[in-house]
This record gives sequence, C-alpha cells and structure tokens, in this order.
Amino acid sequence: MTITEHETTRIPAGITRQQVLVLYLSTSALDAQVVGWARYDGTGTTRPTTGDSDEPPYPTGVAALEDGWRLFQAAQLIPPYPGAEHETSFLKHEFFFEKLVQL
Amino acid sequence: MSTTPQLLSSVQVARFVAHGFLRLDGVVPAEMNAEALGVFAADLPVVPYGTPVPKAFPEDSFARRLVELPAVAGALQSLVGPDPTVDHHFVHTRQPHEGSAQPLHADALIDVRPDAFDVQLMYYPQDVTADMGGTLVVPGSHLRRINESDTGRYQNLLGQTRLTCTAGTVMLLHHGIWHGGRRNDSGTVRHMYKIRFNPTVPQVRLWDTTDLNSPTVPEELGRTFPWYEGATGRLEIHNRIHLWRALSGDSGFDIDYWATRIANRPALRSQA
Repeated sequence: MTITEHETTRIPAGITRQQVLVLYLSTSALDAQVVGWARYDGTGTTRPTTGDSDEPPYPTGVAALEDGWRLFQAAQLIPPYPGAEHETSFLKHEFFFEKLVQL
Repeated sequence: MSTTPQLLSSVQVARFVAHGFLRLDGVVPAEMNAEALGVFAADLPVVPYGTPVPKAFPEDSFARRLVELPAVAGALQSLVGPDPTVDHHFVHTRQPHEGSAQPLHADALIDVRPDAFDVQLMYYPQDVTADMGGTLVVPGSHLRRINESDTGRYQNLLGQTRLTCTAGTVMLLHHGIWHGGRRNDSGTVRHMYKIRFNPTVPQVRLWDTTDLNSPTVPEELGRTFPWYEGATGRLEIHNRIHLWRALSGDSGFDIDYWATRIANRPALRSQA
C-alpha cells in the first residue's frame, strides 16, 4: 500500500509502528467467518508465531473493522486455471488489516 | 503380546484419507520409550535413500522393533503395503524456551501423485504437554498443492491440532500434510523421531476390507474441517473421492453424486 500525503499528515508526531493482522475468511465476503489468522507486530512488544492460539481474534472480518483495524488489502477473485479447476492450494480469501501504534 | 500386524479397517483408512493422518496413542511400551532417549542422544545410523526396511534397520535395532510393533506394522502395511523402503529418518529436537516455531509447511517437494503417497511416521517417546511445542498438524490439508514452506504465512487455522500426547504415541501422516514444530515454551527438551516410508506396491486394498461397504466409509470421506472455506471444502471431498477410487479399486465410488455429475457427457448421436 502507498501511504498518501493525506494519510501521513494524519499520523501524529512521534514514533509510529505498524501492527498487521491477516484474516482468512470462509467466503470472499468481509463479513464471513474467520477460518485462519496471523499477526505481525511492528512494535516488537509481542512475538506471534505458528500455532500459538486455537481461538480466532475476531469472529468475522467486519468484527476486526469494528475494533479499529483498517483493511488495506483483500485477495482478488481469480478464476481457476483451465485444467486445474478442482485442485486446491492456498486459502483464497485473505484480508490484510493494520493498526498504527504510537510508541 | 501378539506379533501379528493389526491391519486397519476401511473406516480407519477412509479417516486417514480425509484427515491426512492417523494417531496411535501410547502404542510403544514404556521400556522402549525410556530406551529411545538414549538412542536419540547418539547419532542415528546413516540410511541411504530408498533402503528396504530390513536393511535400513537391522534386526533388534530400536527402529526395527518400533516399526514391528503390531499396531504400527499393521497401520504401515495398510497404508504403504508390505516391504516399503525407508526414504530417510531423523530425530527432530525442540530445545527448551527455543523462542521460535517452524513455519507451517509440507515436507519435500510439491507432490502431485494422484494414486500413491508416502507415509511419515512420527514417534514421541515422552509425554508432550501443551507448553512443550508438540507438532502442529492441520487436518485435511494433505491434498492441497503447495510447495514446502510457502504456507508459512498461516500462523493458525481453525480446528488445527496442537499435539499433546502420552509417551509412546505414534502418528502416521500422508506426505502432503501441513505441519510444523511449535515453539517449546517449557524447560524440557522435546524429541520426535520421524521415518518416511515409500511404497513399493500399488496402494490398492492393502487393509482389512471386510467393512469396505460400510456407510461409515463415505461419512468419513465426506468430513469437512473448520478451516475450510465452504466452496473449497467441496473440492476437497471431490478430490478424496478420486483418491478413494484409486485406493479401493472401485472406479464408480462417489459421495452425493459429486464426481459422477460433473463427468456426465452424453455422446452426440446421429439424428438420422
């Protein structure tokens, strides 16, 4: 994501760090159920890692919005490759959220 | 103690095809678990890739006795058949307070064989508690086409298995299962011994098939898991139908008409 001049001017002075939340949803709808999740913490205060929790942080993508997370990327809907229509691979419905944190 | 291999049932193999793993809790006796820690502290004997079991593991060796335990031998025979070869073996160790976990991954290379699979044995000689970082396994992930740690971005998936178990537990896993060693937050070193087996015969009806027509077989094969997106979950069942057709030798097997419906292409006929 490119941070626009408008957005950067709204960030208060001081040290700012990004926290990232990735949610995988059961359909392409943002209000669908969370089926997978990951966190990355640019503040360095937490170290989330593989297999560290069994309960999703939010029940849906919209619930994350309601808690102040800002959506900055959503997976595109890409038609299956011809001949590979029945193959399964990565999770399809991936949504990236951020919070900007003042230290 | 019986030394006859305990073959799996059709329902158990169907469960393996759906889950991608089979768990045998506490099947290794306590004296072997105690012996294992000493065996693993020393260097394991080098086994060239593709070595038959009797040559890879001499009689009376620890590994040979492990794979000849009736429950283990029967499950291996049911899945990879008689006389598999040993691909490789390795002891995975997670140090106390190690600080990081393995990224979620599948072993080796992306593997698209439609009618054959390798089995990985994972053996835990100690009790594994929640804070010891037992293996993370994602049920039903084994038929997904991904390459090794390209899945590393996924930290947690709904319904994942964070293994805790009693000493002497053995897991048998399809080669494609997504898994990873979790961070060991305890003060105890944790060991897991892994052996990968390659089949040397077609993997067709290698198990006890007396229950092949049980209604529980399609029930097991049609299972979905909490982390599946609904639409993709249907594809998983479709792909299991094809794997079951290969394993059972029943080319007409289907569940809820999923595979038959989309293969129906009536031939054009002359109207003359």
